[in-house]
Amino acid sequence: MKLVAAVIKPFKLDDVREALGDIGVSGITVIEVKGFGRQKGHTELYRGAEYVVDFLPKIKLEIAVDDGMVDKVVEAISTAARTGKIGDGKIFVFNLDQVTRIRTGETGPDAL
Amino acid sequence: MNPMRHSTTLRAPLLVALLLSPLLAWGQDDAALSAGDTAWMLTATALVLFMTLPGLSLFYAGLVRAKNVLSVLMQCFAIACLMSLLWAVYGYSLAFTDGGANNAWIGGFERLFLAGLQVDTLSGSIPESLFMTFQMTFAIITPALMVGAFAERMKFSAMLIFMALWLTLVYIPIAHWVWGGGWIGEMGALDFAGGTVVHINAGIAALVAAIVLGKRKGYPTTAMPPHNLGLTVMGAAMLWVGWFGFNAGSELAADSTAAMALTVTQLATATAALTWMFAEWISHGKPSVLGIATGAVAGLVAITPASGTAGPMGAIVIGFAGAIFAFIASTKVKHWLGYDDSLDVWGVHGVAGIVGALLTGVFAAPALGGAGLADGVDGIGAQVWIQFVSVIATLVYGGIVSLLLLLGLKATIGLRVDEEQETEGLDLSLHDERGYIL
Repeated sequence: MKLVAAVIKPFKLDDVREALGDIGVSGITVIEVKGFGRQKGHTELYRGAEYVVDFLPKIKLEIAVDDGMVDKVVEAISTAARTGKIGDGKIFVFNLDQVTRIRTGETGPDAL
Repeated sequence: MNPMRHSTTLRAPLLVALLLSPLLAWGQDDAALSAGDTAWMLTATALVLFMTLPGLSLFYAGLVRAKNVLSVLMQCFAIACLMSLLWAVYGYSLAFTDGGANNAWIGGFERLFLAGLQVDTLSGSIPESLFMTFQMTFAIITPALMVGAFAERMKFSAMLIFMALWLTLVYIPIAHWVWGGGWIGEMGALDFAGGTVVHINAGIAALVAAIVLGKRKGYPTTAMPPHNLGLTVMGAAMLWVGWFGFNAGSELAADSTAAMALTVTQLATATAALTWMFAEWISHGKPSVLGIATGAVAGLVAITPASGTAGPMGAIVIGFAGAIFAFIASTKVKHWLGYDDSLDVWGVHGVAGIVGALLTGVFAAPALGGAGLADGVDGIGAQVWIQFVSVIATLVYGGIVSLLLLLGLKATIGLRVDEEQETEGLDLSLHDERGYIL
């Protein structure tokens, strides 16, 4: 099992949600986060006073999937979230040791 | 306010009665109340109070950080209450009654505690109670304008004492000099609705206060962006609407001069708002909502002294010039010089006020569409010189007295909250309240 974590532009969330639904992903966790990468921050100007805002708002998704699904999930996210401009985000894949469905106590791939 | 109109209205009833009494037994009726004038001035008085409560309060509230939102609302509210009482006790009398031998400098004591102001006492064609209250709303907004300069760091107690002293020693004399029969009005200075008395006066005191108090902790390295520009834009819009009472009400009558004052106010404001917006668009690349709102206020300030004399096209020039100079002062010069006039009271009210006061002398000329220069003034050059003298007198007198008051308070009770209170925010540290409980 793998945990796919993706940081994307907030306005792409609906597209990514749809793309993941299309390939059969049954659950995602969405977190509002802030950060910086190559895009850096942005500047705001109030009556001539310029402020550099270092951290930009992003959306972080977490998706736990079976090993066979990983490539399709990564492909779906990167296609749906891509604008081609700097700041599109990143996708991380981690090994996932254990999953438990709280309601039934099922574990492993059955709990996904 | 038109000083000539005011002084003539005080004398006219007596004169008319004397001249006509042998011919016409009903001569005194000339001093009768005008229902039209009274109705308009009741409205105008409400509009000017609306400029402070809630217009200016919201304008400022949105510009500070969230931890200080209540403190500026509180300051404006408390100033409105305190000035109302001081105005009734001695302010009105010292500003607007005849000071006898000293009338060039200060008014008299005839109306202390509003003595003699009866329900049927008239001032011109309106009840004197109405004239007194209309003027009271000016005495409220002028100190309240200064709140923007020392926002986020002044002790509330020191603020109240400073405002009471400032009203007494600066506002009242200057209001008398310009509108109450004092030397600036007699010299022929044109200040219809308060370029010198209100805006330059508040602007210079604000600049002095910003410098004497010092910068906010962390300024200018820490980001201190406005916390809620929605409030600020609402406040600016209320100021705009209320300003019709301020400018058109300063005619003290429902007549054609009042109507033209309203017209030129609208044109100057619209011009200034667009001017600021385009200036920012050109210099920064994007038009901002804070920019267009600030430009509107600069235009309102600039047209104020000229609103009774300028024509529509003159108003557009005044609005344009006021916005350009205020834009440079607030967005460039302030940062070069490094003082922390937090919400740009000097940059907007002081600078646009000076531009407006000087250009009033130009666009009063009938050749430029104006209603005419002051009586006995020969030519635009002479009028502008008189305007210049009135500006310098306000800057020098207001600046020096404000400086002495602030230094005195600094040496005694202190002007600033301590660093811990400033960091925590004045809402919690001075008022035990929070603006946002989310």
